[in-house]
Amino acid sequence: MIAHAIVFYIFSLIAIVSAIMVTVSKNTVNSVFFLILDFISISCLFIMIGAEFLGMIMLIVYVGAVAVLFLFVVMMLNVAQQKNEWFNSSGRSSHIPVGLLVSIIIFFELIIVIGGWKYKPELLDSIAIEINTDLTNTQSLGSVIYTDYIHLFQLSGMVLLVAMIGAIVLTFRQRSGVKRQSYLKQISRDRKDGIELVDVENNKGVKIDA
Amino acid sequence: MAELFIFFDQIYRILFLLIPVLVSVAMIVWLDRRVWAFVQKRRGPNVVGPFGLFQTLADALKYIFKEIIIPASSNKVIFILAPIVTMTLALIAWAVIPFSETFVLADINVGILYLFAVSSLGVYGIIMGGWASNSKYPFLGAIRSAAQMVSYEVSIGVIIINVLLCVGSLNLSDIVLAQKDLWFVIPLFPMFIIFFISALAETNRPPFDLPEAEAELVAGYQTEYSGMMYAMFWLGEYANILLMCAMGSILFLGGWLSPIDLFPFNVIPAPIWLILKILFLFILFALIKAIVPRYRYDQLMKLGWKIFLPFSLIYVVLTASFLMYFDLLPGN
Repeated sequence: MIAHAIVFYIFSLIAIVSAIMVTVSKNTVNSVFFLILDFISISCLFIMIGAEFLGMIMLIVYVGAVAVLFLFVVMMLNVAQQKNEWFNSSGRSSHIPVGLLVSIIIFFELIIVIGGWKYKPELLDSIAIEINTDLTNTQSLGSVIYTDYIHLFQLSGMVLLVAMIGAIVLTFRQRSGVKRQSYLKQISRDRKDGIELVDVENNKGVKIDA
Repeated sequence: MAELFIFFDQIYRILFLLIPVLVSVAMIVWLDRRVWAFVQKRRGPNVVGPFGLFQTLADALKYIFKEIIIPASSNKVIFILAPIVTMTLALIAWAVIPFSETFVLADINVGILYLFAVSSLGVYGIIMGGWASNSKYPFLGAIRSAAQMVSYEVSIGVIIINVLLCVGSLNLSDIVLAQKDLWFVIPLFPMFIIFFISALAETNRPPFDLPEAEAELVAGYQTEYSGMMYAMFWLGEYANILLMCAMGSILFLGGWLSPIDLFPFNVIPAPIWLILKILFLFILFALIKAIVPRYRYDQLMKLGWKIFLPFSLIYVVLTASFLMYFDLLPGN
């Protein structure tokens, strides 16, 4: 039990420290690496409370895909060169007041929500919720999502699909002058339209690509 | 006291798994070079030790004694971290591989998800190495490989869903035991082919070794690495290849099950069967390296997104409908 607590505190410490480092580190790429460390330690915490499916999905989705794209964008845009203004600039940054305003609003919202949060007394003293120990987390999660609430799940999937198509449509631009490879064209070429024999007259030459 | 005993027992078991994996990585590099040479009618490494078996060990020794050069303009912490990340991720994945019914280090409920997660983290070693080198070729190699690995992971994920539909569990031992009567390579043969090709792309093997294409990118993300750090990248890469072969044999070739449950076959211990299957897949990997030319980058992306992904998605629908119609769904 003590070992469990120690491991828990180690992971939570790493999570908190790396979350702070995300915001204060001077190099944007380092920030993303700290974000990844944060995701990993959070997923370790999930695994520790027995939510192994959630922890693994967190690793696969956030660390394996989302953070890779983050890193990709940060590296490609070369924002690594921009240093964090908070530390370097002598003058005042214009982002700080806005950021402070937003964070104060979020802070008060959190206080309102958490301050009014109570567990129902019945929930605390009764163990009315059946826990089926035969089923693994994955199975019970699957039966909840894909059987009990399938319509809501499909609906949220549709919302994501619309968002995805929207993003593609917004960023898609038809460029002219792009040479594309068409397998069909390549395969269906034959000798007749590939080669043309021309009798060249002396001192006149021949026009190609007419 | 008892906790201490469990602790040392675990360490003993981890070492008992890790050291054979590391040794077999060394052997597999030798095998790779021998198969490659065999196809090209060369001899391959044959000087150090019997049949040249100790060639890799000699190479490793050479790398250990070489100087590690860290470029002045690199990001030093990340530069050093990158090979460590690659190697660690390649080795920790072996924790869940079941070598027999009882011989498995961590028999966790979400074994296949763990494998998938660890192999999807593998891209970080490459990106970190490529970016931290602060040089053009490594950076281009890193960007190529990030795009390539993320793309092929998607199709590997969908292929895993196909297998899971037939098993009804994420536990690797359950996946193996579900193939007692019929290996999944028979009903899911197209998926096996796609998995194999995606595994080639996922491990940056030829014909998909664009991240380190020597004709265009010198050595891709490894260009600036030298000495032991280069050797660690190399070790991690081969450990990943072995892992992919192990994953393929567990998902499709029945893991540690013997092909026929009859007298001469079922006496052979289970781990031997798994090792033989891994070796079979690895020799296929090595043969493909020798006989197939490198893909062009846009063709690689087209293959991943426009051919493999739709095909494996359609196969998921087919498998699910088949299982529903004939009432074969596991768990009922």
